[in-house]
Amino acid sequence: MTSLERVSTSIQFKEPDRVPLFLPLSAYGAKELGISIKDYFSDPKNVAKAQIRMRKKYDSDFYFTLFYAAVEVEAWGGGAIFNKEGSPNAKRPFIRKFEDIKNLVIPKVKESPSLLKVLQATQMIKDIAGDEAPIVGVIVSPFSLPIMQLGFDKYIDLIYEQPELFNILMKANQQFSIEWANAQIESGATLISYFDPMSSPTIIPRELYLKTGYKIAKQTIANIKGPTATSFASGRSLSILEDVAKTGTAAITAIETEDITEVKKLAYGKLNVIGNLNGIEMRHWTEKQAEEKVKDLIARAGSGGGFILSDHHGEIPWQVPEEVLKSISKAVNTWGKYPLDWVKDYEYKQ
Amino acid sequence: MDIDKKTRKIFEQGLISLNRVKVKDIIQELNDEWTPSDIVDNLITPVLGDIGDRWEAGEVALSQVYMSSIITEELIDSLLLTKTPIKSHPKMAIVVLDDFHALGKIIVYKALRSAGFVLEDYGLGASVDQLVRRTNDDDVKILLISVLMLPAALKVSELKRSLPNVKIIVGGAPFRLDKQLANEVGADEMGTNAFEAIEIVNRLTSKVK
Repeated sequence: MTSLERVSTSIQFKEPDRVPLFLPLSAYGAKELGISIKDYFSDPKNVAKAQIRMRKKYDSDFYFTLFYAAVEVEAWGGGAIFNKEGSPNAKRPFIRKFEDIKNLVIPKVKESPSLLKVLQATQMIKDIAGDEAPIVGVIVSPFSLPIMQLGFDKYIDLIYEQPELFNILMKANQQFSIEWANAQIESGATLISYFDPMSSPTIIPRELYLKTGYKIAKQTIANIKGPTATSFASGRSLSILEDVAKTGTAAITAIETEDITEVKKLAYGKLNVIGNLNGIEMRHWTEKQAEEKVKDLIARAGSGGGFILSDHHGEIPWQVPEEVLKSISKAVNTWGKYPLDWVKDYEYKQ
Repeated sequence: MDIDKKTRKIFEQGLISLNRVKVKDIIQELNDEWTPSDIVDNLITPVLGDIGDRWEAGEVALSQVYMSSIITEELIDSLLLTKTPIKSHPKMAIVVLDDFHALGKIIVYKALRSAGFVLEDYGLGASVDQLVRRTNDDDVKILLISVLMLPAALKVSELKRSLPNVKIIVGGAPFRLDKQLANEVGADEMGTNAFEAIEIVNRLTSKVK
């Protein structure tokens, strides 16, 4: 089976040849090429080259075209700070006063240099790799983008205290996000990761999510011309899973601290589950620990398809050694081949 | 004499549901027979602690934790105290290291203010060098550091080497996701939720001169 066939089978809640593996490696590509992160992202050829190499190296089933979340902020006129050993961060939020929201200029995707690089990298991967594996593009959801536009604290104030300005901002962000998602699909992305940490019950209560993030997700996803997977970036999802299923998304991420068996059970038939290895702890795993974690995860969530093994945040940290990624891949190949007959005799770890 | 459980529960519910009127009423009633210090120690601090625990357990959301800290700081400022601290303690400061995500810092800052502490706010996006200079210039003895991303968390080890006599308390997502990380970077203490900072600072201020 090709990776595309493997993933396509799994997302239809059938068992392919093995559990699909998704290692979301973004700034990590700079390490692969032995260049600085700033240099890496300055040329889309670097990203395309690294993605092709890393997918082969780690036997992952996806290409991942996320540069860094702040690439969208750059399009809006904000900035990014480049680190030596990690993804670039957004600079100080560029909306300084709530009233500035009324005068926001919505960036045009095809006129934004930072976004054009992502589109070029996507196109290059598509030209080289064709349909052998899905290409995953990323958008920060309209509802989560203000975390970088305004700052987390001011954004919560806006939601509670300035509903009119909140609505104006959401309208502007939705227009941008839909254009951005569709531009990536036109360039060759198979699936869009809808990055929406603000909607997680870790951040806002469900009652507020239903009035805000849920509605925005439903409207936005309906206008994206391809499938989406909703990611909460290490945030909880179980208590809103049924709601997320109604937004039109095809998949949901799961975190380590929520019972993946329960997530899978609730999601099965409605949403694919992606997760849930802890990327921060991963830095110190031995080969044996990586194998145990992977095996346990497959035992809990692999049966019946509808599951993609991945990390729980949406980006593997720079600090994770290559050997750990290879160990994860080896373990998926060892334990992830369907049918998972060994699971019936497996002793679950507490 | 303790403030009764029912009052504490109603106060907690008032904070979580952002009912400023309800919580203000409770404080005003208690103001008649309790000192500000007693209200802070027997109501505000333990209730914020409960809210922090409930956030960790997934029962309340971070936005409710944030708004609770805003409301309790408003109460402290308007009803209980002027800017005069009710606790005496070594000099403290709080900062976001390396990036601009302020939420965790704001919650901890307001929680500590609500508990009667006064601390310098060193803002956002501080580099290690800037922080070392400022901490030494201000003779800070306890430094609270909030981070969102792993690379920033790893810089704490460099900070600790440069400030060996300063107690460093860390908090933020990377430390919650990897419980060994705080030890790895040499932090003195780690808070898994913002309101744990109150308990940690209470403990440290009795030891640090």
